Amino acid sequence: MTDDAGSAGFDDWMDALEAGDPYYIECANGHGSLPPRRICPECGEQSLSEEPLPDTGTVETFSTVHVPTPAFQDDAPYVTAIVDFGPVRVTGRVLDVAPEEVEHSLTVSLTSTKSETTDDRLIAFEPV
Amino acid sequence: MSGVRVAGVGLTPFGSTPDRTGRDLFAQAASSAFEDADVPRSDVESVRYGNFMGELAEHQGHQGPLMAEAAGVTAPATRYESACASSATAIRDAVISLRNGESDVCLVGGAERMTNLGTAGATEALAIAADDLWEVRAGVTFPGAYGLMAQAYFDTYGGGRVDLAHIAVKNHDNALDNEKAQYQRAITVDDVLSAPPVSEPLGLYDSCPISDGACALILVSEEYARANDLDAPVSITGSGQGGDRMALHDRDHLARSPAADEAAQVAYDDAGITAEDVAAAEVHDCFTIAEVLAIESLGIVDVGDGISAARDGYTTADGPVPVNLSGGLKAKGHPVGATGASQIAELTRLLRGDHPHSDAVDGETVVAHNAGGTVASCVVHVLEVGR
Ligand SMILES: [Zn+2]
Repeated sequence: MTDDAGSAGFDDWMDALEAGDPYYIECANGHGSLPPRRICPECGEQSLSEEPLPDTGTVETFSTVHVPTPAFQDDAPYVTAIVDFGPVRVTGRVLDVAPEEVEHSLTVSLTSTKSETTDDRLIAFEPV
Repeated sequence: MSGVRVAGVGLTPFGSTPDRTGRDLFAQAASSAFEDADVPRSDVESVRYGNFMGELAEHQGHQGPLMAEAAGVTAPATRYESACASSATAIRDAVISLRNGESDVCLVGGAERMTNLGTAGATEALAIAADDLWEVRAGVTFPGAYGLMAQAYFDTYGGGRVDLAHIAVKNHDNALDNEKAQYQRAITVDDVLSAPPVSEPLGLYDSCPISDGACALILVSEEYARANDLDAPVSITGSGQGGDRMALHDRDHLARSPAADEAAQVAYDDAGITAEDVAAAEVHDCFTIAEVLAIESLGIVDVGDGISAARDGYTTADGPVPVNLSGGLKAKGHPVGATGASQIAELTRLLRGDHPHSDAVDGETVVAHNAGGTVASCVVHVLEVGR
C-alpha cells in the first residue's frame, strides 16, 4: 500500500517495538488485544491501558511461504509464525532459524526486521 | 412465513478468460438462470450480487446496478462483499426477504474476474481478506494463512500431507464430468505431494486455482412458485451465518472454524434437521485443509476425523456422505464472488436429478458451506427436495 498518511496506533506500536518496548492493550477485565483499540473486542469495555508484553512467547503454528504477495517478492521463501505471548498472540516472520527447525513450542522473542523487497519494517521473532 | 424455492440456476464455465469483463460473465450466468427458471425478467424485485475484488481487478465499484443492467433487469440492486463468502451472504439476505414476504422473486449470484491480475496480482488481491495491519504487513498470504491452520491441525489432531492429498484427488475425480469445471483432469496422490510448495505444508495441488466465472440463481417464494406452476422442486429450508475475529491469531482455535460451527447450527435449527440428515455437501475447499475444517464444523464427521475422511472413502462420490461432487473450489475453480452461489446451483441440480452425480446422493437433504477469509465469515444453507 502506498499510503503516506501512516496508520496511527499501529505505527506507534511498531515504533515501540523498534525501541524495545512492545506492549499490548489490556481492558479493565483483563482481556488482551492489539492496537488501535478504543473498545475491548472481547467484552466492549472502554477502559483500556497499555501493558508491557512478556519478553518471550512460544510458536503455536508456522508456515514457510514460497509464493508471496508482490510486497515480499524478494523475501520468499520465509517462515511466518503465530506466537503466543500470553495476553495476545502475534503474527510475524521467524528470523535466524532454518525453516525445518521451526516447530510448535519453540521459544522466541519479539523483534522487528525490514522487508527485503520494500524496506518496510515488519514484526519478527528470534529464537531465544 | 413463506418457503423459498430455487426456480433456476445458471453458471458460466469457470476457468481462465482474462479478457472477459465481470458484467459479461454475470450476463451469461443470468441468461442461463432465466432460461432454466422460466421466470420473466420483469418479475424480479431485487438483485443481490456477490463480488470481492472488483475494485482491484476491474477498477469498478458500485457493481450492483451494473450487474442488474447486464442481466436485463430493472430492479434495485446491491453488491455484497464478505470475501469468499460474498454470494452466500447475498443469498442469505434474499432468503430472508422472500420468507418475510417482502418480495417474491430475487435474482441472486455473483461473479469474479481474477486471472487478468496474474498470479502475483491475484495473490495480493486475495490477501486483503486478512487483517492488513497485523497479517498482510507481516507477510501473510491467503495460502499462508491456511498453511498456518494446516500446521496447527497436524499438531493438534494428527494427520499429514498424504491425507490432504486424498482430498485433492477426490475433488479432481468428482470434476471429471463437470463441463463447467476449470480442471476436468484426474490427479494422483503423488502429483499432489510432488507439486511445488506454496505455503507449507500446502503445495500447488492443495490450492484452488485462480478463476474467472459467474453464477446466477432465481429464487422465488413458495407462493409465487405455486401461482405460476413452476417446476421448482428444490427449497432452501435453512440459512445460517457465523462470525469470528478477523485475524487468525485472535481466534480461540487455530485448527477449527467456530464461525462455521455457528452457521451450521443456525441453519440446521432453521431447517429442523440434524447433521445425520445430510446426504451430501458442497464445502469451501479453497485449500485441502479447509475441507477438513468444514466437514467437522458441519458435523459430517467428528472433530479430528475430518483429515482422514476422503482417504477412508467416507466423503468420496461412492461414500456415505459425498462432499464436493462438483469438484469443489479445488477442481471446479474459485471465482471468489461466484463460489457460494455456484454451490447452490450444483446442489440444486444434484437434488433435481440433472447433475452427473445425482445418483451419488442418497437422501433429500444437502448443505452448502461458504467461508470468507480464514473463516471469519461463514454462511451455511440447507437445501431439500420434495418438501
Ligand atoms: Zn475486555
